[in-house]
Amino acid sequence: MTIRTSIVPTPSLAGFTLPINAVAGALLGYLVGTAKGNPVLGAAAGAVFAALLALVILRFAPKRSLGRLAGAVITGVVGLALAGIAGLVFGALVGLVLSWLAYWLHTGDYRSNVPVYATSGDVLWSNTFRLICGLIFFFLIAPIAVVIPLSFNAENFFTFTPAMLALDPDGYSLKHYQDFMTNPDWLRPLKNSFIIAPFATIISVSLGTLAAIGLSQSHVPGRRAIMAILISPMIVPLIISATGMFFFYSGLGVFLEDTLHFSKDLSGYIKVILAHAVLGIPFVIITVTATLVGFDRSLTRAAANMGAGPVRTFFKVQMPLILPGVISGGLFAFITSFDEVVVVLFVGSAVQKTLPWQMFTGLREQISPTILAVATILVVISILLLTTLELLRRRSERLRGMSPS
Amino acid sequence: MSETTHAGPMLAADGTPLKRSLARALRRQKLRALALIAPLLIFVLLTFVTPIVSMLWRSVENAIVPETLPLTVEALKDWDPTRGELPEEAVFAAMVTDLQAAVKAKTHTKLGTRLNYENPGISSLFRSTGRNVGKWDLAADGPFKEKLIEADKGWGDIEVWKTLQRYSGHYTAGYFLNAADLENTAEGIQLRPEEQRIYMTLFIRTMWMSLMITGSCLLLGYPVAWLLANLRASTSNVLMILVLLPFWTSLLVRTSAWKVLLQQQGVINDLLVWVGLVDDANRLVMINNQFGTIIAMTHILLPFMILPLYSVMKTIPPSYLRAAKSLGATNWTAFWRVYFPQSVPGIGAGSILVFILAIGYYITPELVGGTQGVFISNRIAFHISSSLNWGLAAALGTILLSLVLLLYYVYDKIVGIDNVKLG
Repeated sequence: MTIRTSIVPTPSLAGFTLPINAVAGALLGYLVGTAKGNPVLGAAAGAVFAALLALVILRFAPKRSLGRLAGAVITGVVGLALAGIAGLVFGALVGLVLSWLAYWLHTGDYRSNVPVYATSGDVLWSNTFRLICGLIFFFLIAPIAVVIPLSFNAENFFTFTPAMLALDPDGYSLKHYQDFMTNPDWLRPLKNSFIIAPFATIISVSLGTLAAIGLSQSHVPGRRAIMAILISPMIVPLIISATGMFFFYSGLGVFLEDTLHFSKDLSGYIKVILAHAVLGIPFVIITVTATLVGFDRSLTRAAANMGAGPVRTFFKVQMPLILPGVISGGLFAFITSFDEVVVVLFVGSAVQKTLPWQMFTGLREQISPTILAVATILVVISILLLTTLELLRRRSERLRGMSPS
Repeated sequence: MSETTHAGPMLAADGTPLKRSLARALRRQKLRALALIAPLLIFVLLTFVTPIVSMLWRSVENAIVPETLPLTVEALKDWDPTRGELPEEAVFAAMVTDLQAAVKAKTHTKLGTRLNYENPGISSLFRSTGRNVGKWDLAADGPFKEKLIEADKGWGDIEVWKTLQRYSGHYTAGYFLNAADLENTAEGIQLRPEEQRIYMTLFIRTMWMSLMITGSCLLLGYPVAWLLANLRASTSNVLMILVLLPFWTSLLVRTSAWKVLLQQQGVINDLLVWVGLVDDANRLVMINNQFGTIIAMTHILLPFMILPLYSVMKTIPPSYLRAAKSLGATNWTAFWRVYFPQSVPGIGAGSILVFILAIGYYITPELVGGTQGVFISNRIAFHISSSLNWGLAAALGTILLSLVLLLYYVYDKIVGIDNVKLG
């Protein structure tokens, strides 16, 4: 796997590298030709251009970085001549791709992920397989990535306007963000989400961590059954949980309002918070028990040996070590509540409307582009959460590496 | 340190037999574990399990009929519907007495709505009679048989009385029969007329589409998981972000993205028209149908397939494939006979997980499914919030739940719930 295949002779320029580059150029040229109204001419011109570009940079620029830069500049200038500023940007990108392809083929890098003894068929299959995987990754990411530029649309459309494609600054604006920041229809749900999710997280993390510690003891009667019950909120379809909670929590609401004389709003929040807390519990249990598997029990015995009581041992010894797991469990619980819409739709009333609920109604009734601005903000939040989780995971691994096991 | 010269049970330091002392320590340990678990267990039992059990109970509960019409139910016990005659005067008199009480308590319309599920038309019968019956004097205004029929012809219909008698118990299977497109007629349990059979179609469609979604997730997830498991750790960690980011992105963000992409004036159609694959006049209809639901849900559930597959494939040593090839196997044989069988546990875990999640989905089908792409959960939501037929919603929910629990059990047998991993 690790052997670099530099012993492979340089493939034939005229019989291998140039034709493949020409095919790639023809494909891209076809697209440009379609936009200009003549696909056949576009494909032919693209093929010739790509082959010439490859020939020039391979002949005159043995250093890759220089050659790629040259490729980008040449194609960018051609793009500029054809379609202005947008043409320059797209052209430079196409130039980068074509010159990368030329070097990749010419230097034999395309064989670097297969063993030396692989046949050409193997090489072809291996690279096709990578291409397929690339397309699947594209399928995973593209829908999320498309939303981000669209949210800066100056028009109320859900597609790229000609002005946006021409990279005209007038085609972009922050007006959907402005709407989100000023419209009470969005601000109130935002506030609600930030009230409900933290409380639900606190409940599920505190109860969940205790229970996970209990579950990780060596002798727990009926561990499997208990585990099954605690995980069940994740497995039972949300619509069924919501249906059950709809009936049950309306009774709870009546009790809170009539017997305990809570205000209607407060009892509504309590109901939604309890419902969300229970939905977050499986995630806390799963992550914290996973962390506890790697926890060295002799540390608690050592602490007890030195005279620390169980509470002190927990807070001074055990808690700092399992903290990364607890925090990532908490993040899971937070995002579960923050994203949840079915249960709050059934249990809550209009006062408790959360951000996802508002998005849901927005998508179902009057779809407004503000949703895309909200979506972009949520994507940024999830990127932040993902980064935090990754850092926590690394920290946890480091801590575990330190503790003798 | 003391020298134990005498024979007998081994003693602990405080003099109790070691066996008993150990047993006590174990018991204490168990109790401590349980005490730690108890708060959460009680919380989950109260706020999650109880609501679901009460929903199950609601699907068979029928107390409203015997509680609203206690005398009528009693009087109807002796009536034999097979003779084809209306009940006797005593039954009608009981009905008037019950109705007067019900009108006073304002429960007669509720009862009418309940019985309307079983025999359409009863709701208006109760409402119209309710307006008259209050003025009648029980002692003087008899006989009531003619009077009731005069007030509303519906009381002369023997089917109404048959329905009343059939649904007079405290518990009923009616909701479940309804949920299975059956009805309880005088001739026994029968299939409903063709045009009324909607739930079986919906259940079959839910299963079928969930299978399609699971299949496409497997098709797309297997190569990606293989690539992730066989690349260098640094590269695969970077690529893993591309899998985890959608996993962490809000469900509604992803659904709105697909709504934007798949619309007739959306990005994909624009692109296809621009490239010239599709004529501007016949843009593809990709949303508000089954295609929209399947593609959006495949995207949403794909990480749930990739992650279990990846964790299984990570444990398969790559040297097995090389060994197979060095023994003369072709690429395909080596994969199919050596690698694939070892990845089956991952396939099982991922498929069951995706299937469980798919059959209960509500939000995405509701938003991109139109009328042809909705699932059984959308029907449940409809009965809860629009038609208010809660018993039927509970029955449909119970059927769905038992299906999911069955799969959950299988999942537990194959993977074990302790082994569920996140991210």
